[in-house]
Amino acid sequence: MKKQLIQFINRIKTPLKVNAVALVCAALLFSCSSEKKETKEEYNIKEETTTEAPVAAEAPAADEGKGVGPVKSVEVGAEVDQALAATGKSLFEGKCSACHQLSDQKVVGPGLAGVTERRKPEWIMNMVINPEEMTKQDPTAKKLLAEHLTQMTNQNVNEQDARALLEYLRQNDKSKG
Amino acid sequence: METILNKLRKAAPAAALLLTVAAGTALQGCQKTNGNDATGATASALSSDAASQVYVAPGKHDELYSFLSGGFNGQVSVYGLPSGRLLKIIPVFSQHAENGYGYSEESKAMLQTSHGFVPWDDLHHPKLSRSKGMTDGRWLFVNGNNTPRVARIDLTTFETVEIMELPNSAGNHCSPYPTNNNEYVIAGTRFSVPLDMKGGTGDVSLDSYKDTFRGSISFIKVDQEKGDMDLDFQILVPGFDYDLANGGKGPSEDWVFFTTYNSEKAGTLKEVGASQNDKDYLAAVNWKLAAKYAKEGKAREMPANYYHNKMDKGTHTAKSTVKKKVRYLLPEDCPGLMYLLPAPKSPHGIDVDPSGEFMVVSGKLASAIPVFSFSKMQEAIKNKQFDGEKNGIPVLKYESVLAAEVKEPGLGPLHTEFDGKGNAYTSMFVSSEIVKWKLKDFKVVDRIPVYYSVGHLMIPGGDTKEPYGKYLVAMNKITKDRYLPTGPELAHAAQLIDISGEKMKLLLDFPTVAEPHYAQAIKADLVAPKSVKFHKLDENKHAYVAKKESDASVTRQGNVVRVKMTAIRSHMTPDNIEGVQVGDTVYFHVTNLEQDWDVPHGFAIMGANNAETLIMPGATQTLKWVPKKAGVFPFYCTDFCSALHQEMQGYLRVSPKGSNVPISFSTGKKKAASVALK
Repeated sequence: MKKQLIQFINRIKTPLKVNAVALVCAALLFSCSSEKKETKEEYNIKEETTTEAPVAAEAPAADEGKGVGPVKSVEVGAEVDQALAATGKSLFEGKCSACHQLSDQKVVGPGLAGVTERRKPEWIMNMVINPEEMTKQDPTAKKLLAEHLTQMTNQNVNEQDARALLEYLRQNDKSKG
Repeated sequence: METILNKLRKAAPAAALLLTVAAGTALQGCQKTNGNDATGATASALSSDAASQVYVAPGKHDELYSFLSGGFNGQVSVYGLPSGRLLKIIPVFSQHAENGYGYSEESKAMLQTSHGFVPWDDLHHPKLSRSKGMTDGRWLFVNGNNTPRVARIDLTTFETVEIMELPNSAGNHCSPYPTNNNEYVIAGTRFSVPLDMKGGTGDVSLDSYKDTFRGSISFIKVDQEKGDMDLDFQILVPGFDYDLANGGKGPSEDWVFFTTYNSEKAGTLKEVGASQNDKDYLAAVNWKLAAKYAKEGKAREMPANYYHNKMDKGTHTAKSTVKKKVRYLLPEDCPGLMYLLPAPKSPHGIDVDPSGEFMVVSGKLASAIPVFSFSKMQEAIKNKQFDGEKNGIPVLKYESVLAAEVKEPGLGPLHTEFDGKGNAYTSMFVSSEIVKWKLKDFKVVDRIPVYYSVGHLMIPGGDTKEPYGKYLVAMNKITKDRYLPTGPELAHAAQLIDISGEKMKLLLDFPTVAEPHYAQAIKADLVAPKSVKFHKLDENKHAYVAKKESDASVTRQGNVVRVKMTAIRSHMTPDNIEGVQVGDTVYFHVTNLEQDWDVPHGFAIMGANNAETLIMPGATQTLKWVPKKAGVFPFYCTDFCSALHQEMQGYLRVSPKGSNVPISFSTGKKKAASVALK
C-alpha cells in the first residue's frame, strides 16, 4: 500500500505546493478503492513491458565478425570488379565522403584506408546499411562510436549499393602503396 | 481537509481548483458511482477511470490524428487522440518561427497575394480529402478567412503545398467543402461585396448595399491524382452573408448547402440589422448541375486578379502565378441550380447526416433546431411548392421541406455532428453543453456540460458516410478556471468526450494553440504508413542544390554572392568563407545531405534579419543575408544533431565595399588522398 502511494505521488508530482493535500486525497482514494488501484497498476505494468524494446536480439553475429544486419554472406572476387568499383566511387562521393577519407585521416568518422583488411566484407556492408543497430549491438561498432562520438548517418543505402561501396573500398586498399 | 483546501484556495485559486478535482475523484472512488452529485462541474462530469481511457503509454502511438484549426494564428495543429498530445503545428497562412516557413526564400511565395505579402491570416475550417464519401488521408484543405484563400496540406509531409487566393470573396468563411470524391472544393464568401466586374470591388456608397452587393461561391477543381487546385468558376449569389457550408452524401451527394444570415441585406450594425427577419435561408446548390452549366457555356467571364502559389516537390521551392480571369454563373440564368429553404433564425451550422437525408440547421438565435428532409425537398421542387423568389431563385415553403424540429435543445445551437449510430450531437454556445438527440424521433436523450461556450464539435469522420463514433471533441471559446492562469488570455480548451455508450462521458481537457475552430480527425493507420521520412537527395531538383560536398561553392555575380553549402553531422561545407563585401546580397543555399529520418539541420548567421532556416534531410533551403558592416561573422547549426553539434559552425569574413579580398572558401585540411581518389 505504502509503495503504491509513493508511486502515485511521484506520478502526480507538480511544482505546486499541493502535494500534502493531494496526499490526503490520494489516501482517501486508496483507502476505499484499492480494488481499482490494483487494476490500474496491472495496466501500467502491462504497458511498460510491451513498450518497444530495442529490436529483438538476433543471433550475436559478433563472433564471426560479420556484424548485425541483412548481409549474411558476400562473395568477393580475387580481383577488383572495376565497373562495380566505379559505381561505388560515385556513391561514396555523394553519401560518404562528407565524413570519411580514403586515407587514414579521421574527419567525422574513421579514415577508411585498410578497412577491407580490418573487417569482413559482411561487416562493412552491414555497417553501411544498418548503422544504428550496428553501433548498438556489434561490439566493434560500439567501440567505434565511443571513439568518434558521432552516430554514423543512415544514408539509406540499399544492399546493392553497399556492395558497390565495398568494391570501391577494396579497390582503394589494393591500389595503395 | 476543508481547512487545508480553503487555505490553499486563498493562496492560489487555480491550485485549489486542481485540488477540488482530486477531492472529487476521491469522493467518487468511494461512492463507486459516476457521480451525478453537484460537488463541482468537473467532479460531476469526470468518471474515475477517465485517465486510463486517454493514457497512451510511452512509446505507444495514438489511435487518431486530429487536425484543429488555430483560428487567428493561421495554423493547423495536429493532436493525437485520445491522449490530447500536440504532435505538430503546420503553418499555413502564417510565417512560422519553427521551420522558417514564410521566411525562407523558397517558401515566401506561398504567402503572396494580390495585396502583396500577407504573412498572417485567420484559419477556420480543416477538411480532409475524400474518396467515395470517406476520408482518404491524402490532403487537408483549409480556408484563410481574412484575405480569402484556400490551402492544401499534403499529409505525406504535413506541409502546406498550395495556396490559392479567391477573387470576388470577402471573409472566406463557409469554406472549404470537398465533394465526396474531391471533384471540387467549394468555398463561399461570408461577406458580400460590391463587385465592379473588373476584378475588384466597386467604389460605391455604403448606402447602396441592397442594390450593389453580391456574394460568391467558388468552385475549385481538384486534380484527382496530384491534388492541384484550379478555380473553375464562381456562382454570383444574392447579397446575404454566407456562413457555413456542407455537402450532401448518398441521395443528396450532388448538392451542397450553405447557411445564410442577413437576408435583410443590412449594411450597418448587423447585430441588429441582420437579426430582423424571423427566417433566413439555407441555400441549396446542385453542384453537379452547376459544373454542367459551366461546361456547357452558360458561364460568363470577367477580369480578375488573384495569386495561385504552389510548392514544387522536386525543387522544394514555391512559385506564384497570377491569374487574370474568372468564369461565373448567375443563378437566374440557370434553372434548377439553386433553391432557398427558409431557416430560423440567423442560422450558423449546416450538417448533413451520414445517410444524406437530413440537413440539420442550427439557428444561433432560434429556439428549436430545424431538420430538413432531402427527399421532401426533391418533392417540393417537383411540385413547385414555392413561397416566392429572391433574385430569381425560388424559395421553398418551410413546411414542405421540414422533417421535424428538435424542441428545446438548449441555448444557442451552433454545430451538429453524427456518430453513425443514429445519433446527432449539437453544440450549445450559450448554455455551454453538448446535446445528444436521436435522428429517429428528434428527441433529446442526453446532455453534458462543457467549459465553456463551445463552438464547433467534432466526431472523427462525423461528416462522412460512416462516422467513427467513439470520441467527440468539443472546442471551447472560453477557458477561465480550467488551467493555471497565464495572463489575460488563456489557452482555449478542447475537451474529449467518450460517446461509445448511451451517456456521454468527459475524458480529458487539453489546451489548444489559438482559438480552435473546426477540426477533423482520421485513423492514424490511414496516414502514418504514407508519411515521408526524408526527402531523397537524388530527387532534389533545387536550382542551387549541392548533392555532395564537392559541389559546394561560393560564387559572385555582381553584388550577389551565392553560397552552395552542405550540412551533415557535424559540419558544414564550406565553413570558412572570405571575399564577401558590405552590402552584398548573400544567399546561403544549404542542402542537408542526411538521408536519415528526423535529422534536420539548422542554419543561422549573426545579424541576419530572417535569422534562421531549418532544412529537412535531403532538402535545400535558402537564407538571404545582407551584411551591413565589415568583420567576421560566425554561422552555425541551430537544430541539435549529434554529440558534436556545438562544433557544427563556421566563419564568414566581410570586407568593406570595393575591397580586393578574393572570394575563397574551404573546409578542413585534407591529407593526400590515396590512389582511388584520383
